[in-house]
Amino acid sequence: MAKLFISTSPHAHNGDSVEKNMYAVVIALIPAFIASIIAFGLGSLVVTATSVVSCMFFEWAITKYLLKEEKTTIFDGSAIVTGLLLAFNLPSNLPLYIIIIGALVAIGIGKMAFGGLGNNPFNPALVGRVFLLISFPAKMTSWPETHQMLAYADAVTTATPLSLMKEALSGNTAALNQLPELWQVFVGNTAGCIGEVSALALLLGFGYLLVRRVITWHIPVSIFGTVLVFTSIMWLVNPVMYANPLYHLCSGGLMLGAIFMATDYVTSPMTPKGMVVYGIGIGLLTVIIRYFGAYPEGMSFAILIMNAVNPLICNWCKPKRFGSVKK
Amino acid sequence: MNMKKTFTIGGVHPDENKLTATKPICELGLPKQAVYPLSQHIGAPSVPCVAKGDLVNVGTKIADAGGFMSAVIHSGVSGKVAKVDTVVDASGYRKPAIYIDVVDDVWEPTIDRSEDLVKDCNLTPEEIIAKIKDAGIVGLGGACFPTHVKLMPPKDCKIDSLVINAVECEPYLTADHRLMLEHPDEIVVGVQILLKALGINKAFIGIEENKPDAIELLQSKVASVQGVEVVKLKTKYPQGGEKQLIEAVTGRQVPPPPALPASVGVVVQNVGTVYAVYQAVQKNKPLFERIVTVTGKSVQNPANLLVRMGTPISQVIEYAGGMPEDTAKLISGGPMMGRPLLNADVPVVKGTSGVLMLPEADAIRKEEQHCIRCSKCVQACPMGLEPYLLATCGELSDWERAEQEWIMSCIECGCCQSSCPSHRPLLDWVRLTKNKVGGIIRSRNTK
Amino acid sequence: MSSMILTAVIVLGITGLILAVVLFFISKKFAVEEDPRVVQINEILPGANCGGCGYPGCAAFAENCVKKGSLKGMRCSAASGEVMQQIAEILGDVVEQTTPKVAVVRCNGSCENRPRINVYDGASRCAIAHMMSGGETGCAFGCLGCGDCVEACKFDAIRMNPETGLPEVDQDKCTACGMCVSACPRNIIELRNKNKLDRRIFVSCVNKDKGPVAKKACAVACIGCGKCVKACQFEAITLENNLAYIDFEKCRLCRKCVDECPQHSILAVNFPERKKPATEENVQTNQ
Repeated sequence: MAKLFISTSPHAHNGDSVEKNMYAVVIALIPAFIASIIAFGLGSLVVTATSVVSCMFFEWAITKYLLKEEKTTIFDGSAIVTGLLLAFNLPSNLPLYIIIIGALVAIGIGKMAFGGLGNNPFNPALVGRVFLLISFPAKMTSWPETHQMLAYADAVTTATPLSLMKEALSGNTAALNQLPELWQVFVGNTAGCIGEVSALALLLGFGYLLVRRVITWHIPVSIFGTVLVFTSIMWLVNPVMYANPLYHLCSGGLMLGAIFMATDYVTSPMTPKGMVVYGIGIGLLTVIIRYFGAYPEGMSFAILIMNAVNPLICNWCKPKRFGSVKK
Repeated sequence: MNMKKTFTIGGVHPDENKLTATKPICELGLPKQAVYPLSQHIGAPSVPCVAKGDLVNVGTKIADAGGFMSAVIHSGVSGKVAKVDTVVDASGYRKPAIYIDVVDDVWEPTIDRSEDLVKDCNLTPEEIIAKIKDAGIVGLGGACFPTHVKLMPPKDCKIDSLVINAVECEPYLTADHRLMLEHPDEIVVGVQILLKALGINKAFIGIEENKPDAIELLQSKVASVQGVEVVKLKTKYPQGGEKQLIEAVTGRQVPPPPALPASVGVVVQNVGTVYAVYQAVQKNKPLFERIVTVTGKSVQNPANLLVRMGTPISQVIEYAGGMPEDTAKLISGGPMMGRPLLNADVPVVKGTSGVLMLPEADAIRKEEQHCIRCSKCVQACPMGLEPYLLATCGELSDWERAEQEWIMSCIECGCCQSSCPSHRPLLDWVRLTKNKVGGIIRSRNTK
Repeated sequence: MSSMILTAVIVLGITGLILAVVLFFISKKFAVEEDPRVVQINEILPGANCGGCGYPGCAAFAENCVKKGSLKGMRCSAASGEVMQQIAEILGDVVEQTTPKVAVVRCNGSCENRPRINVYDGASRCAIAHMMSGGETGCAFGCLGCGDCVEACKFDAIRMNPETGLPEVDQDKCTACGMCVSACPRNIIELRNKNKLDRRIFVSCVNKDKGPVAKKACAVACIGCGKCVKACQFEAITLENNLAYIDFEKCRLCRKCVDECPQHSILAVNFPERKKPATEENVQTNQ
């Protein structure tokens, strides 16, 4: 008979693994990917494929040649998720070399520089995205119109709902009237980044993640709630200057950020209380940047700022200990 | 009764695998030699009161209690004391033990071996507790806390309810389930005896809803009994944990250590213990046999066995058809809290609730990865702790921080580790840390 | 224009002056008195912060040296005699003479001598393995091989030998700070006298089981037969709980016990060749 193993209880495991969680996120992103192909066609496919492949390549190259580790980690799915999320935050007419630079920054600086998965303080995809946004502001803020199936770099560009809202804020009273119908924004028929185009598809993914218990509702719901409350107040004060709160919810990277980026395990708090605080922080910062900042969209910055606050939140927000409250 | 009662924080639901739920209890034959380790319970080890060459009967006392927090040990076989030596027990270490060579099966004449149900008990509480103490009864759920100590709570705690733990939330194990199905009357009498011993009149029997037959049977039995109530609980691990069970049944949360369940007015007893109490008080039968579930996915003949203490586990395994080829881990107890055994020569003791043989695929731990901070351990922890943080404190030897983070509240249920996607040995570290912090606290208190 | 420059210069000058005065008083009032000797001692200490002296780090050691005013009972195990001499000079004291010591691993249960009968797959830390069970071998006293001592050593003086699965002490690097001794959950490592030419004789076993049990678990386990006790002319060997122990203060390095031991569990290291080569490595691998 073989030797008996000895290690302490528990001897059972529920079979969960890092890979399963990561691939569940990939599956949850599929509806959004399909929606993006319907909206942007070839461009979306090219950008996404480039981003995923280059993220995986950089992770492999860094683990092998810089860290000199024997085991490669590219199949644990985290590089694929980073690649997908990075791509989903880019316009579909972005030149390839910019995407590759973004992937290098995301994986190299955002993740591997801190020691790989689990150690990065900031969401790697967002580090890549914000790096590109600051380095290539013109390219990163020209959004192709939808339904140019075969166009890539030559796509005709147009204004996004968010940039129209920004115009309204700076005094163009007619801007809000040019917004597409809310339904169009919801299903994904407006200009914008690849992944953020369809709120509906993203919500489908959210549902899947909740059912599979990959994430809990706390972070996305508290972000949505905060944004809704904040923008409603402003809208009620001045509907000509401030857009309908539902537009705020469905446009730009809010859904994508709230469901997929803010809930990134590594960079978000661990306790329900902490998650709510974190979500409220992101919601507030996003709206503040949208209203008063220089950029039309504030999601990426809001998440990165709250990432930085995350250790503090983890220290302050402790779970409810058993026996701490007498009933 | 539609609202299913359970505890409020955390918890997991592991695969139940109750393979033996329908298997009636069978009696296992006598061993050739029985071995009785002297520390089978929490507290001081017992002191042998027999010497080499002495003749003993079934039910003869062979070791005295080593203090108040200790228990006596009785022989489960008749024969001759071969030696007082050492044996490797479930802790994995060699401990002192009494060896008895089995001859015939002669019982002490004081033991009432009839099957008749004796309902009336005219003893005073003190007499009942004395009888329980003399019978060497300890908590049979696995922790082996001496029962007589539990029945004498500190004076400043006012006890108002007794909670019977019939939850059996550990996967695989069915010993308590079968006991309830086959001896419900004895259990009800046992509960009444315990109520009398505690001087109270309210008892709850907590059963998880995955045992509907037991719930129904016991409900019909207690219908005519004043003050005893069967509580149906939602199936969730670790509901059998004392603190979780008290919350599930009464809604009260026991404060963190050093508080005891008694501080919220509750005493918890395992259903197996209740049966042992019945036998000790009404039948004069000390604790020398218990029901053991022998099971495993690839075990040929999983069973619930009535086993005399001291029988080597190898004999229990033999009854079940031998150890399967693919066995990678032999466990005394269930898969969530049981102890791994070094080999099958370990004897069955008071705390052996099950013998589990896990195949390689289930038993061998997967390679450990980085913590990805997914917070699944935090969600699973039934005590509202942060296992990932406590484990890190352990790795960094930061005992002070661990104490601030409530490490002493940990009940070592294993929920965190069993749900960690990175396969981190969280509980290993937490246990080490808890051990160290416990030592620091003790030395601080004695100063 | 010139008046603006003048105003700026005057304003800044006055501000600077006021702040300087404030700072002067603050630094006077809240000055921390520090003995210059503490700084001096701290500078010459090795700075490993090993804690071998019993204080939390080198700075605390230096502070306590000065507080006591002498080196009585204080010793930095990592510092050379020269450094201790310098510290003594700073304090105006003389160095207490101590016998140099070295960490000795008292287990020879290599993979060959002590076959594995179980597999431990828990967290790789001796303290954890020790807490949960007797270990992978039949010996519940011997080395667990997870390397807590290696981790504890601040001087890189202990390495795990992958062939034997046992830790090996580099006697030249070892400073006898004792960190490994307290790290080992089974008290296998002991600080013993370095002796002349680094020669040492010790019982390389801590198994307290009875003879047959110990022998079954490990080919070189001490079985407590007592032959060494009889062989020793200097009463340096005691037998307790089936285990022999050689008192290094009394041992005269005669090597009689080494020849007498039927289990070869007494090791003699760094002795010149007699019958067989007996350097430390050879002793451990040849048996």
